[in-house]
Amino acid sequence: MTRSRNLLGHVYFGAFLFYMFVPLAIMGGAAFNDNRLPSIYPWKGWTDRWFIELFRDQVLWNSAINTIWVALAVVVLAVPLGTAGAILINSISGRVRGVLYGLMVAPILMPGAVIGISTLLFWNQASVPPGLHLSVMGQVSYIAAFVMLLVLARLQSFDPALEEAALDLGASHGQVLRRILMPHLYPALGAGAAIAFFQSIENFNVTLFTRGTSNTLTVYVFSKVRSGITPTINALALILIAFTIVCAVAYEIARRRAARRELLRGADDGEASTPAVSLASAPVAAGQGA
Amino acid sequence: MQDMLRRYGGTLTGAFFLLTAFWLLALIILPNITLFESSFRLYLPVTEIGGPRDVYTLANYQKFINNPVDTTIFGMTFQMPIHMKTFFNTVLFSAVVTLITFVVAYPLAYYLAKVVSPASLPTLILLLFIPLWVSEALRAFAWYIILTFNGPLNSLLVAIGLLEKPIRWQNGVFTPYDAIVIGLVYTYVLFMLFPIYGSIQSLDRNQIEASEDLGAKWWQTHLRVILPHAKPGIASGSVMVFMLSAGSLLVPTVLPSTSSNWFTQTIQVLMLESQDWNSGAAYSFLYILLCSVVVALVMWLFKVKLSDIAK
Repeated sequence: MTRSRNLLGHVYFGAFLFYMFVPLAIMGGAAFNDNRLPSIYPWKGWTDRWFIELFRDQVLWNSAINTIWVALAVVVLAVPLGTAGAILINSISGRVRGVLYGLMVAPILMPGAVIGISTLLFWNQASVPPGLHLSVMGQVSYIAAFVMLLVLARLQSFDPALEEAALDLGASHGQVLRRILMPHLYPALGAGAAIAFFQSIENFNVTLFTRGTSNTLTVYVFSKVRSGITPTINALALILIAFTIVCAVAYEIARRRAARRELLRGADDGEASTPAVSLASAPVAAGQGA
Repeated sequence: MQDMLRRYGGTLTGAFFLLTAFWLLALIILPNITLFESSFRLYLPVTEIGGPRDVYTLANYQKFINNPVDTTIFGMTFQMPIHMKTFFNTVLFSAVVTLITFVVAYPLAYYLAKVVSPASLPTLILLLFIPLWVSEALRAFAWYIILTFNGPLNSLLVAIGLLEKPIRWQNGVFTPYDAIVIGLVYTYVLFMLFPIYGSIQSLDRNQIEASEDLGAKWWQTHLRVILPHAKPGIASGSVMVFMLSAGSLLVPTVLPSTSSNWFTQTIQVLMLESQDWNSGAAYSFLYILLCSVVVALVMWLFKVKLSDIAK
């Protein structure tokens, strides 16, 4: 009985993976079709012209460069803001904490368009014209919350007595922060920076309303999809998917090596499976398209 | 508070305060106050700003209840303002998307948390991550290709004899929103899967076995033991999927039918085409209201805290 139900589970999961990947394969496959419309059917023969056209597309390259700059700026702002917020919230309690926490996480739940519009209106009143700098501001308002949540979770496992000890031994306040607290937070800060970077690259809604006349990659893809669709978009999609898969495979190989090393060292299974646990909590943040 | 001063000293504590204050005030509170304030003002030419016509008014919100059109809901036809109809459809179909993603994701979450061997789990989760990392615009676009009239789905269904002639999927088989719902489910199902997986994972396997040993049928175990335990995850996933769907602009624009309209599209037209930022602000505020109502409803319905939802 249990076995047949497990089999059902395997089949269902397999079907789900099929459902997740087939659209991507169809989209990628269409990049090679010598057809003016992006489709794999009818198949009109192999071609690489969409890739060549893609590489000649100057607007695309500018958008890609803009995207990277915006993402870096978001990381530089969101990580300190989120960390400061987490440290502050961690040291207070009661109603004030609840209110602050609510304010900080509210932008995660708010539609991206609303964040974009409120940012645009606020800075417009302060006579700041729209542009990618406003996109950064809008994105930071909710991405900092992801950093805050990660750092706050990490702070739960921090032993404050370590700071006491350092202070007793004559460390300055700066040294306590730099030598005691920060090293403990590094994993959370690293994860926060990575999530902030990818969140920013993915962002569309906030950017669309704040960007002025500049383009980012998602906005550019969107305008392409909406106006003249040619398979160059498929070529771009295929490159991005291939890049994702290469990263995933590299991560998987690194993880298996680490797991094997753990096993050799005679550590128990629990240690080897930690990456999965930390991974599982990341996607909500990693792909959230607010 | 005292504690913080003692540990980090005045300068660092001050810095933490300033950073947090900048985040909360300049990026969250003040922009939203501006949004709220401008939603009550009229869209005027620059020369008239500050003039006699620049007064607080409800005119922007009145647009929401103007222009009635015929609407059919559950077989009943009546007059409904056009923007309200769009809003209503957005809420309705976002709820449908949330329900479908839950039905699809729950068995998967259970499978990942309790059936799969721990050794292969990280690989499977990584596999699921790949589609999540592909941009939302592209995922919607993939379904655009699949559903086009001369696309692979129609050819396949005709070839195996399920269909006699191709269907215009994008115009909808049941409702004009079919293609949008398909796109949204595909795009956001993983946001339902991962939170539920997270909450089922923390359930002790012994509880499931105890329930089975005591003679519960498999569905009773799910209903009485696993589902209640998964509640925070379900609450979190539902809020996420609902708000992402209701706030999505990409999917409804890439997969529209001739008569579908999403509330984000209404706002986009106001903001970027009519340049009427004040009405855009009013409609954005309606989104904030919707968001608050949904979050409050889920917190009350599932008896969870805000910190369970946003994590």
